[in-house]
Amino acid sequence: MTTASTAGQASGPATPPAPLVRALNVHKAFHGTEVLKGIDLDVARGEVVCLLGPSGSGKTTFLRCINLLERIDGGRIWVDGELMGYAEKGGHLYELPDKKLAAQRREIGMVFQRFNLFPHLTAVANIMEAPVLVRGLDKATARARAMQLLEQVGLADRADAYPGQLSGGQQQRVAIARALAMDPKLMLFDEPTSALDPELVGDVLAVMRELARDGMTMIVVTHEMGFAREVADRVVFMDGGVVVEQGPPKEVIGNPQHERTRTFLARMRDDPATDGDQALSL
Amino acid sequence: MTEQASAGQAPLPTEHDDRPGAIHARPVRHPLRWVGAVVILVLAAMLVSSFVTNPRWDWGLAGEVMIQRPVLNGLLMGTIVATVASMVLGVALGTAIAVARLSTNPVLRMLSFVYTWFFRAVPRYVLLAMIGVGLGYLYSTLDLGIPFGQQIAGALGLSHDLTFYSLDVRAITGGLVGGIMGLALSEAAYMAEIARAGILSVDKGQTEAAEALGLSRAQTMRRIVLPQAMRVIVPPTGNETIAMIKDTSLLTAVPVITELYFQTSQIGVRTYRIMAGFVAATVWYLIVCSVLMIVQSYVERYFGRGFGQARVGRQTNRRFARGGGMGGA
Repeated sequence: MTTASTAGQASGPATPPAPLVRALNVHKAFHGTEVLKGIDLDVARGEVVCLLGPSGSGKTTFLRCINLLERIDGGRIWVDGELMGYAEKGGHLYELPDKKLAAQRREIGMVFQRFNLFPHLTAVANIMEAPVLVRGLDKATARARAMQLLEQVGLADRADAYPGQLSGGQQQRVAIARALAMDPKLMLFDEPTSALDPELVGDVLAVMRELARDGMTMIVVTHEMGFAREVADRVVFMDGGVVVEQGPPKEVIGNPQHERTRTFLARMRDDPATDGDQALSL
Repeated sequence: MTEQASAGQAPLPTEHDDRPGAIHARPVRHPLRWVGAVVILVLAAMLVSSFVTNPRWDWGLAGEVMIQRPVLNGLLMGTIVATVASMVLGVALGTAIAVARLSTNPVLRMLSFVYTWFFRAVPRYVLLAMIGVGLGYLYSTLDLGIPFGQQIAGALGLSHDLTFYSLDVRAITGGLVGGIMGLALSEAAYMAEIARAGILSVDKGQTEAAEALGLSRAQTMRRIVLPQAMRVIVPPTGNETIAMIKDTSLLTAVPVITELYFQTSQIGVRTYRIMAGFVAATVWYLIVCSVLMIVQSYVERYFGRGFGQARVGRQTNRRFARGGGMGGA
């Protein structure tokens, strides 16, 4: 805790080309088990960062901490210069009330492994919900924007379908459109293709690739090596709650320096279900 | 495959154009079903014949009792209005209690627990008597003012007793309003449990997705969680409504006498033809409950939208697919 606050003051959020996301010494424990043991990570504007690592390495937890779905026990996270979850006044931290948390969250889009679309609303209504409720957009404007987003993810013809009538890949693309409807500064993807049948993965990755090309800042937890190699500006390999190594995908995936990274990548290559080249070919 | 599958006696076809065609198999026979059906038919015929041959059923008078003005009045006020009002209030209060029970505020949690504990433990008949008779006896007027105002005023020797407004409690709780209050308070305790189960049935990912989009807690509950919880809440609520129709006959404890069963049975007693009264009440209860069941099926279908339908291309079957009830995703 103390180290975190000194680190925060030392290299504070004021460094000239401020990163969009800055995480310093982030700690998180669940019921006494430490899942994150001091994560430091900066993500620049427009950068695409892929988080790789074995399950249980803390990638998903870290992602959820950025979006305040989990409260961190130590360290600090800033997004766009704003301290997440707390207000710092006179050397003391104050927990932000729910309203302020909601205000911080709506600047960040999140895509879940299991889509989490609202099953009682049609695809277009799923996308309209937050802009109407949170941003106070009128329904006509929200609908027009939602239709435009559905077009962007290639599902304009499925606007009136309920999530239960869509395939997994289609649901995930609607979920991406739903997150984009809030015009987020940052998009977080939590294993967006892990729950999909292999032949549906390509469509989702194509949408994400398009987003990256348009300059969206993205943090992606994924097992899709092909996607990481092709789209990521930087790959971060996590294991046991710490960042083991990071760098351009060519170096980390092509020539890993650490034993743990090598073991993980070798296992990924052996497993045909997660073979990256398959995603690339689509 | 075909070469090995020689379970049947018939020689297996080997020629290419001999491939098996459409299946016209004989169904499995169920002789016991027929026996059972016949037995039930005979019993039913005996019952119907007793309706006609036993004059004590008194069908003619029962029909007349059903359309007497006091009976219709009792049906409308004491049964239908009381049911609708107490269910509307009960569902609203019950949902609020369920939300309180699941909130992060420990005071609200405790309060809702105590509420549910108390009103589930007290029988409706006793509760109705307590409200109808007891409340008016205990607190004949309800004074609105400063808490302990009368004591404070007495101690300070003020002329004003710090009461701003007085309500005549007996006039309110002694009649139908008191009855509806009692039924609604009792119902809210049961509805709270039903609503809580419904809210808990909604996947946690739904709340997370809504929060990630920046929806407030209240918006998430109202727009995302409750509409989905309704799918689970509606069927038992229909059950509760039907139970409530029957429980309105307890209103005599208040006492409220513009109520269906009291009116019909009184006619039975007065005319010394008791069956006519019972039959009239039974038939009216049957009719009201049947109408309610139809309404319920429509409500269930509405809140089941987006669930329980198979994938693409089944839209035409939607009406019938929902009939299966709660088999949702």
